[in-house]
Parts: sequence; C-alpha cells; structure tokens
Amino acid sequence: MIDRLMPRGLDVDGGPGFIQLLQSLHLEPTWPTADGDMSMIEAPESTTVLAARYKDGVVMIGDRQATEGYSVAHRRMQKVFPTDRFSVVAISGTAGLAVEMVRLFQTELEHYEKLEGSRLSLDGKATYLARMVRQQLPLAFQGLVVVPLFAGFDEIHQTGRLFTFDVVGGRYEENDFGATGSGSREARSYLRNRYSPDLEEAEALQLTMEALVAASEQDVATAGPDPRRAIFPTVVTVTAAGHDEFDDARIEPIASAALEAVR
Amino acid sequence: MSMPMYVPPEQLVKDRAEYARKGIARGKSIAAVQYAGGALLLAENPSGTLHKISEIYDRIAFAGVGRYNEFESFRVAGIRYADVKGYMYGRPDVDVKGLANAFAQTLGNIFIHEIKPYEVEILLVGISDDGSDMFKVLYDGTLSDEHGVSAIGGQADELVSHLRSRFEEGLSFEAALAIAKDAFRSLNAERDIEGWEGAVLDRSLGRRTFRRLTEDELID
Repeated sequence: MIDRLMPRGLDVDGGPGFIQLLQSLHLEPTWPTADGDMSMIEAPESTTVLAARYKDGVVMIGDRQATEGYSVAHRRMQKVFPTDRFSVVAISGTAGLAVEMVRLFQTELEHYEKLEGSRLSLDGKATYLARMVRQQLPLAFQGLVVVPLFAGFDEIHQTGRLFTFDVVGGRYEENDFGATGSGSREARSYLRNRYSPDLEEAEALQLTMEALVAASEQDVATAGPDPRRAIFPTVVTVTAAGHDEFDDARIEPIASAALEAVR
Repeated sequence: MSMPMYVPPEQLVKDRAEYARKGIARGKSIAAVQYAGGALLLAENPSGTLHKISEIYDRIAFAGVGRYNEFESFRVAGIRYADVKGYMYGRPDVDVKGLANAFAQTLGNIFIHEIKPYEVEILLVGISDDGSDMFKVLYDGTLSDEHGVSAIGGQADELVSHLRSRFEEGLSFEAALAIAKDAFRSLNAERDIEGWEGAVLDRSLGRRTFRRLTEDELID
C-alpha cells in the first residue's frame, strides 16, 4: 500500500478526495447487499438528535440510547460528533452504518483541509454528506437506513446554519431548527411552539434539552437525561470560536432544569 | 549497435549527488526546535501562500526544501499515507518513523532509478507526550534522526550548530522562536530576512496539534 501512495506510485487517484483515494486502493468500506429481504437483520438503531440556531451559532444535542427491536442495545452511545473545527454531525438510523459514515466524513474533511490548505465551505461539506447518504440508498431499500443531521458555523457568511437530510440524499437547509430520528416529531413540535431566532446560548441549550426530554416522554426509543445512572445527552455548540463539546458537569444543570420544566 | 559508455558506479552516484545538492543549496533553509509545549518549525519564506511547512497528521509536521513540485509530491503522499493508516487502524498508530522510512525508501529509489534525482530534503517532526522526534530525509534516501534541534537546506549544518549552541531542554515558545530567528540572522548578517513562515506542534491544542504562526507572532 505504501509504495502506491508515494510519489511515482502512479496508480492512485490524484484528487483531494479521501474516499476516491480509498477506492483506488480498494480499501473503501462496502456493505454487500443480499438479495431479498434483510429485515431479519437486527442491528442497533440510534434515535433522536436535534439542532437549533441561536444568536451566535448552532447547538446540537442527542440522546444516548440505541435500541434493538424493543430492547435497549446501548445506553451510552455517542450520536453527536464534531467533524472539524466549525461543523458537527449527528446521526440516526442503523448505528453501525452511521458511525462508519461519520468516521469517513470526518477523515474526508480533514484530508481535504490538509491537502488544499483551506477548509471546505459549509455548503460544500453539506453537499458532500448528502452524496454519502445517497450512496447508502441500496441498503436503505433493505431496511438499513442512515439519516444524519448536519450543522456548523459558516465562516463565509458568519452565521450558524443547519441542514437536514432524507434517505435518498436530499439536503434541506433549515433556518430555525431540525430533528431526526424516532422522537423527532415530538421534539419538533415542542420546539415549534417555543422557538425564536434571537435566542441567547443559554436559552437555546435549555430549549433543545427540554425538546429532547419531551421527545423521550412520548417516544419509547428515546432516552432523556438519566441522573440516576449519570448518563446525560451529548451537547455540542458551534460558534465563530469553533465547536465546543460540553462535559457532564456543564450538561447536568441544564438537564436537571429541563427535567423539571417538562412534566 | 553501439555499446553504452561504461560509467563506474562511484562516478554515477557522485554526479547525481552533486546535481541534487546544487539544486537544494539554491533554496532557503528550515529549522526545527523542540520546546516545552511541543516543537517549532521556522523557515525563511518570502511567499505567503506557497508553504514549505505543513500539517501531516495529529502530531506530525512536514517541512521541505528544494524544488517545490518535488517536495509537494511528498507532502501529499505523507498526508495520504497518514490518513489511510489512521482510518484503517487507529489514530495513535500513525507514527512519524514509519512515514520517514517510507520517504527514505522512495527517495532512495528515485535517486538511483530515475533520469534525474529529486532536489529535495525533507524534515519530519513528530511530538509525543514528553518530547519530539525529528527525522531528516536527504535527496538520496539517507535517513537520520535528530534530537532537540534540526535543520534542512543548503545552510543546514551551520544552522544546527548555531541552534545547538543555545538549545536546552524545556525552552519556552518565545525562547525557541528567538533562538531559531537568531540562527537565521547570524548566517545572513549581510542581508535582511525576506519573510518568515512558522508553525508549531502544540500539545495544548488537543487532537490536532499543528498550528501556523500568525504574522503578529512572527513579526520581528
């Protein structure tokens, strides 16, 4: 492998794309699709994630539970991932596929940034992610669905932006908030009644946390904050200063307040 | 049919080395200095956009002197090698030594087998939790590892002896930058420096430790 990557190892694709590079080395991840119904495959599913714009940027928040059929597969799964300094992605759907997609996406952004000496625009990143979702379409037909949620700070327009996707790779920019996963309907209706575009950061954190708690009340697959086990949702904000991953000590008071507010 | 003229291997290697060295000597040198928080790389570079120093991976930086297109191809190869390896296995598995070896092998092959040798010298700097590794790869594939300070380019030896005379363990960033700048100035006393390019591998930055120094930080 090394020889082919070095100068004069001429059979490697020349572009700045990481996935093309993996393809020319025959190392890209593939999930062979079987003929017929794959619905008997039980893979863990990850559930509700949501994001909202506020004055200085965007906040993204995700619960920690993965389910397999009617049982809990994982209680501490991470579904919200910073992808580079100014962007963050969250996933819902078949967890194994989604986590691999995020890893590839992270590497792709960093690879591009290093080779080209500049970051992709936020639009460019969203477009690329849409293409990755589209490539999963054959698997989606067989019941293995991945739907991400993407947000970031746009360095060109100096504002927070967020994008939702559908299973065929459709990309939709939302100018207020977005959610995906099994509890997303509930989360969105909670946000719809209370959202305003000029929220301060603390207000946005509180509101999105409440929406997640509301979703967990209605959707059995979504887990709200769990102070008893000390499991709290993942919270990441992105502003002009870059992304900020909250640790449990900062999330706990927000989560407690949200549990109180949504009863 | 005419016989190819016999050239003794000593002569062949000598001619090629001389050719490569001449090309490298025309370019400006690059210095690296370890400091308490990581490692500093400094180059004299009049161009603000054509970089000689860049990021390879979380804890690995690259510097090249000589022909731009030739060392650029190694920079690209290095990023590809690191990203593929880190994706296939894990981020801690990407180490500077493996990369330096691959570069040395490739430059060695090019030196012997290609029509003309590459006129480049490459410096790979990697930091660990408590120190740094510096690997220097020459145009003919010669690989050497250096400690604390290193330099590449036509004036590398003089630079290193200047750096070494003032280097000590646990330097502050400011001190390391001052030492590196002084080394360049003492070699070029008769002219002004045409512009700096600098970067650090800084442990305090988290996963990706590479950071370019801003103009404000580099200003004299």
